[in-house]
Amino acid sequence: MKKAPFLRSYTLFYLLFLYAPILLLPIFAFNSGKVVAFPLQGFTLGWFSEMLADENLRIAAKNSLIIALSVASMSTVLGVFAARASVRYSFPGKAPIMGLIMLPLVLPEMIVAMALLVVLLSLNVPLSLFTVIIGQVLITTPFAVAILTSAFQSLDKSLEEAAMDLGETAWGTFRLIVLPLVMPGIMASFLICFTISFDEFIISNFLGSGQPILSVYIFGQFRFPAKVPSMLALGTVLVCFSIILLGFAEYMRRRGIAKAGGKDSGGFL
Amino acid sequence: MAATPRSEARAGLKLISPTAIYVILLLAVPLATVLVYSVMTGGRANVSLPLTFDNYAQLGTKWVYGYILLKSLLIALSVTAITVLLAYPVAYFVSFHIKPERKSLWLFLITIPFWTSYIIRVSLWFVIIGKDGLLDSSLMSLGIMDQPLNLASYGIPSIILVLAHAYAPFAVLPIFVSLEKVDRSLLEAGQDLGESRWITFLRVTLPLSMPGVIASSLIVFIPTVGDYVTPKLVGDGKQPLIANFIETQLLKLQDFPQGSAFAVVSMLMVAIVSIGFVFLNKRFIGGQK
Repeated sequence: MKKAPFLRSYTLFYLLFLYAPILLLPIFAFNSGKVVAFPLQGFTLGWFSEMLADENLRIAAKNSLIIALSVASMSTVLGVFAARASVRYSFPGKAPIMGLIMLPLVLPEMIVAMALLVVLLSLNVPLSLFTVIIGQVLITTPFAVAILTSAFQSLDKSLEEAAMDLGETAWGTFRLIVLPLVMPGIMASFLICFTISFDEFIISNFLGSGQPILSVYIFGQFRFPAKVPSMLALGTVLVCFSIILLGFAEYMRRRGIAKAGGKDSGGFL
Repeated sequence: MAATPRSEARAGLKLISPTAIYVILLLAVPLATVLVYSVMTGGRANVSLPLTFDNYAQLGTKWVYGYILLKSLLIALSVTAITVLLAYPVAYFVSFHIKPERKSLWLFLITIPFWTSYIIRVSLWFVIIGKDGLLDSSLMSLGIMDQPLNLASYGIPSIILVLAHAYAPFAVLPIFVSLEKVDRSLLEAGQDLGESRWITFLRVTLPLSMPGVIASSLIVFIPTVGDYVTPKLVGDGKQPLIANFIETQLLKLQDFPQGSAFAVVSMLMVAIVSIGFVFLNKRFIGGQK
């Protein structure tokens, strides 16, 4: 490897720029000052206990968990159907159907949210956590399909044929051969959809019923200076949480590649 | 495949039907509804016949619509240009100067900020550059400034700063992937034939990585042009972009037809720019053959 001192220091500087705001999270989450300002005052866990005592925050976190778990399950299941169908079969209308499924990737999210909202309002459907879930599934399914498509593509077709030849039914083959092999892809899809949903703001804000949802709640709280330190404590917890999830997703991805006998080309997605 | 066996077609359709029905009902139907609303006559929170193109004509005559569209487009394109230019050297460094077994780790480091809560990242900028924010209080206590800068009130530049930071990690990955595909022997050939390293980069590496650059641009452009949160938080909320304006039209004014027409035109604008990017990409791929 050639040495490139300029590029190296640039990259480190870039990483610093990326991380700078996030590094403020732990610094001020443990700082006893009421205002987010240097110099630091003293060490405290008070903001974390304030965060834990916040009843609305607890409800918001619970709602977000319900939403994220439902969204991740639904979009992974829908993703398995779509990815399996598009990899394994050719059928009329495949391109437009897949195009429609992947469309939210290239549409501003606001437009997806508003289109759905206009229809829900016209049909007098009351807004609830359920409407948030069905909206978010539209946003996360393309990610599930993308991840699962590559999982199904790396599958050796002869394994399925062997199982069929040995007398397994189509469903049996899928359950006993295909499913275990694409399991790492399913896990990765679930985790990524979960993360996206947990973080999602626009649909939670507009299709929600006014019940607190974590991202919407955080957004509201940052406007009150007195609430900022406990939000930074919450941010610290969430960052740790997503690093753990990500590490797990990366581990599953590597295991999947190792299982399929491929070589690690590095990187996410 | 020339002729698809009918049984295979049926099996494929059956398999994809749950997902297909879901997106048709919850995506295609709502989008079609917006399209229909945009040519109807409107009152408050309702629509009625006759069909009319007045809503579209309004978009042309009132300056505010064009202004919002143009402003959003220019902000999103600036953010795209900045993020891609800043990301390219990083992707290049990881692809060309990091040992293969260490690359995953570097990419992991770059992507972590992207997976941490977007709302928190954007709100943190508000804490930093906002009114009485960290930046102002630090600069003033260090005696560098005696007046608060209040950067967040600068409107468009602060929106660009925050968006460029929020979407930065998006840009690195596609460029990295396309740089990884560059055949290293081509570079050696170039240098063996007497080209300088810089010229080799300009004539071989850069053109070969253009698909990645364009993919990055697209990945950054689409979410930025539709961003809702950043203009609400920075710029004193006085610089609404497309998403904020759609909210005002559809929810606050409840002008369904006019709001729908604006949404349709914004969609068209995003689609045209995106197709432009894809077209550029095709040209570069075509040029390689």
